[in-house]
Amino acid sequence: MLDVCGLESLEQLFSHLPAEVKFNRSLDIPNGKSEYEIVDYFRARGLENGSIASSFLGAGVYSHYRPVLVDVVVSRGEFLTSYTPYQAEMAQGTLTSIFEFQTMICQLTGMEVANASMYDGSSAVPEAAMMAARITKRHHMLVAKSVHPEYRTVFRTYAKHQEMPITEFGYDAVTGALDLVDLESKLNDQVAAVIIQSPNFFGIVEDVKAAAALAHKHGALLVVTFTEAVSLGLVEPPRDADIVAGELQSFAISPCYGGPFAGILATKEKFIRQIPGRLVGETTDTHGNRAFCLTLSTREQHIRREKATSNICTNQALIALMATVFMTVYGKEGLRELAGQNLSKAHYLAEGLKKRFSGGFFNEFVVSTNGNAAEAVNDRLLEKNIVGGLPLGRFYPELNDCMLLCATEMNKREHMDEVKKAFLA
Amino acid sequence: MIRKTRSNISQNEPLLFESSSPGKKGYQLPPLDVPAVDAKQALGHQNVRDSIADFPEVSEVEAIRHFTRLSTWNYAIDLGLYPLGSCTMKYNPRVNELVARTEALAWAHPYQPESLSQGCLAIIAEVERALAEITGMDALTLQPAAGAHGEMTGIMMIRSLLESRGNPRKRILIPDSAHGTNPATAHMCGYEVQNIASNDRGLLDLETLEKVVDDNVAALMVTNPNTVGVFEERITKITSLMHSKGALVYMDGANMNALVGITRPGDFGIDVMHLNLHKTFSTPHGGGGPGSGAVAVKKHLIPFLPYPRLKKAGDKWAWDYNMPDSIGKVRAFYGNFGVLVRALAYIMAHGGDGLRRATMDAVLNANYIRKMLEPHYDLPYKSPCMHEVVFSDDRQAAKGVRTGDIAKRLIDYGFHPYTVSFPLIVHGALMIEPTETEGKSEIDLFTDALISIAQEVEENPELVLKAPHLTRTSRVDEVTAARRPIVRWKPETTASKAAD
Repeated sequence: MLDVCGLESLEQLFSHLPAEVKFNRSLDIPNGKSEYEIVDYFRARGLENGSIASSFLGAGVYSHYRPVLVDVVVSRGEFLTSYTPYQAEMAQGTLTSIFEFQTMICQLTGMEVANASMYDGSSAVPEAAMMAARITKRHHMLVAKSVHPEYRTVFRTYAKHQEMPITEFGYDAVTGALDLVDLESKLNDQVAAVIIQSPNFFGIVEDVKAAAALAHKHGALLVVTFTEAVSLGLVEPPRDADIVAGELQSFAISPCYGGPFAGILATKEKFIRQIPGRLVGETTDTHGNRAFCLTLSTREQHIRREKATSNICTNQALIALMATVFMTVYGKEGLRELAGQNLSKAHYLAEGLKKRFSGGFFNEFVVSTNGNAAEAVNDRLLEKNIVGGLPLGRFYPELNDCMLLCATEMNKREHMDEVKKAFLA
Repeated sequence: MIRKTRSNISQNEPLLFESSSPGKKGYQLPPLDVPAVDAKQALGHQNVRDSIADFPEVSEVEAIRHFTRLSTWNYAIDLGLYPLGSCTMKYNPRVNELVARTEALAWAHPYQPESLSQGCLAIIAEVERALAEITGMDALTLQPAAGAHGEMTGIMMIRSLLESRGNPRKRILIPDSAHGTNPATAHMCGYEVQNIASNDRGLLDLETLEKVVDDNVAALMVTNPNTVGVFEERITKITSLMHSKGALVYMDGANMNALVGITRPGDFGIDVMHLNLHKTFSTPHGGGGPGSGAVAVKKHLIPFLPYPRLKKAGDKWAWDYNMPDSIGKVRAFYGNFGVLVRALAYIMAHGGDGLRRATMDAVLNANYIRKMLEPHYDLPYKSPCMHEVVFSDDRQAAKGVRTGDIAKRLIDYGFHPYTVSFPLIVHGALMIEPTETEGKSEIDLFTDALISIAQEVEENPELVLKAPHLTRTSRVDEVTAARRPIVRWKPETTASKAAD
């Protein structure tokens, strides 16, 4: 090949680079390792993490069982090692599965259209807010304090340079649900969107209808986010929302120390041209066979450049495929049964503990630590190889003596009993 | 002559919703070991949904056949060369997939105590160290989820730095050859975009830049090598010029596969850049993600990095949230950790010298393709190319055949097309990036295919215009898809069923 190129050495390929930019030593990275050494290195790092018997952490990332079929499907090279499906004729597999994904997200959320995925729930929220600003031509955002604290942090980062002022409104100190009086007092004709989470960060199912009615009365849109997708197997979906922007981690996506996950963005059909990211549409080929392709790409950065609805390009296709397989395996009955198990387990765990809020909750709830430091309770649990809940003082100073506990189908009764004991000690 | 493919049976498969039957299921949950709770009682009657209408109901074997059949309708790197320019479709080593599923890593919760996360933190630290060495930069954030997300992070940091100096400035300069994400990102960060025309060699023009850089310019976003695959030879002069006017230089690292081990952006004056770990560092594209858009910065931008940052506390790793000047967080938690694991496995497998060798092989492959195809396709820019080569359809257009048609015909020859009609500065572009993965035999099949198509254009342009002919799906009507968007399946109405 060098001969064909008229070269004598590989170095000559770079002879046109100016001398001052050439890197004149070897990279300080150890010599190449064998496959076994690599496997061994990561096994050792896993051991450094330690192993645990059970975890009661939720707070946006949930431990749910991953059906075997999920990894079987996403390990197929045809899905794993393909690119964004620009060339529809040789990407019908990916395109068809995304079309099914979009459909299932609509069925799940009660929305009319959904895109092919976002990076995650936290970045889907600001994208939904920007979309609301384009639709309403307003800029002010009202965000519930019961939205995941990290989602609000991310939103503030995005909003800072977009002239999108953010005002937060509170939660009811007794129920833990939205403070609708506070929301109403902050609504005015400058507000583009009201952003809430349901089930909220405290696990409480919100009155989406009431929030929607208030927002719509003032000409604002309602954006609903969620972090626990399994709840949608049982909980009434946010049909009154204008945009739903949530996180699918619960659908067979490993916690993986925080990512990669997959976000969703779904909305009403009338807003379809304001959606960010990829969309797959149905059409036909020249023989009249059903076919799918990426569509409405004039919204996107590669066509529209600075006028695009978002800068998003690569998203989370393979992770969305995991969620698609998960939804297929569990299906109509399974997702409901799974959600029911989560509800039952969390309520068993809560029984006898001092719940901080009275609102109806799905699979996580806030518990007072009875004057004990939340960390002390967790330390007792760690001795039994159990990871307790998330101490809330870090995000909510007023909940300094509280922690957020989560139970899923993977938490066994015996471990839940240990948690209860740790609170009594 | 078509040598890579021959016709084959391809299975049909309906959508999941069309093959569902009531009561079928592919799951089994363990028996509930606590009392069952009545949802309507716990949540309130109005908060409990009816069953999800039309949600899939299939058995396990139907589920696996469904997705396996769909998979056979895809092309993939595992099936052959995937020459998408600027996308760096290299082999995705399977050991990376295995180690990313190491149980204590894959099941690590981002809020679990740091004492139970030391393995994860050590991996993150090692990725940061290796990428700093490769780029010649001083520090990194691994939080951004993809390249465009990294661009946004970088431009926000530039803005914060300039604000701290008293004036965020107004404009960002972007060459007309840039990826679309660059201007979209600048706009999202509150900047005006000023496009800069490339010169007749496809390069940034120092003289043009000198004329437009004033104290309202915040930064230049440069891709190096640029999207025509050419190294910006005057890059150090360009970065000096920008710095002399108080502006910064952002580098889009999408094309880093041309540079690793050969030259380092940190050594030619770049202030901040992103890397696409799903390109240069072999993590799989997965049909469009997940990616990871690590962002590397020089010292003066460190205070503005997203929080938290990793630090050593005694002999333990810990997250440091005390960063008063940070731009904030760009996503929840710490980034796409699972992608970082795969990238580190790739770096370890190669080692420093192996990474450099991979770069050389990638550049050699592109230059070889250029030599083989230059007699048959128009090469608009004659500057030496790096890891990719861009032709135009100028000669074939005379017969009414455009780059998009040649791409579709290439599918019949068993290859995924190159990047079509990009960069915008080349009219009718064929943008080809082979990567180091490919050996001579696969590349020869590919160049033979393109040479054969060039002949077909001369002899029988209709054959190319109507391609592909051998795929299960012929040319897809994208115009109708956009005109009447159908983006979800809906059950047939009684009326439409009756019409059947």
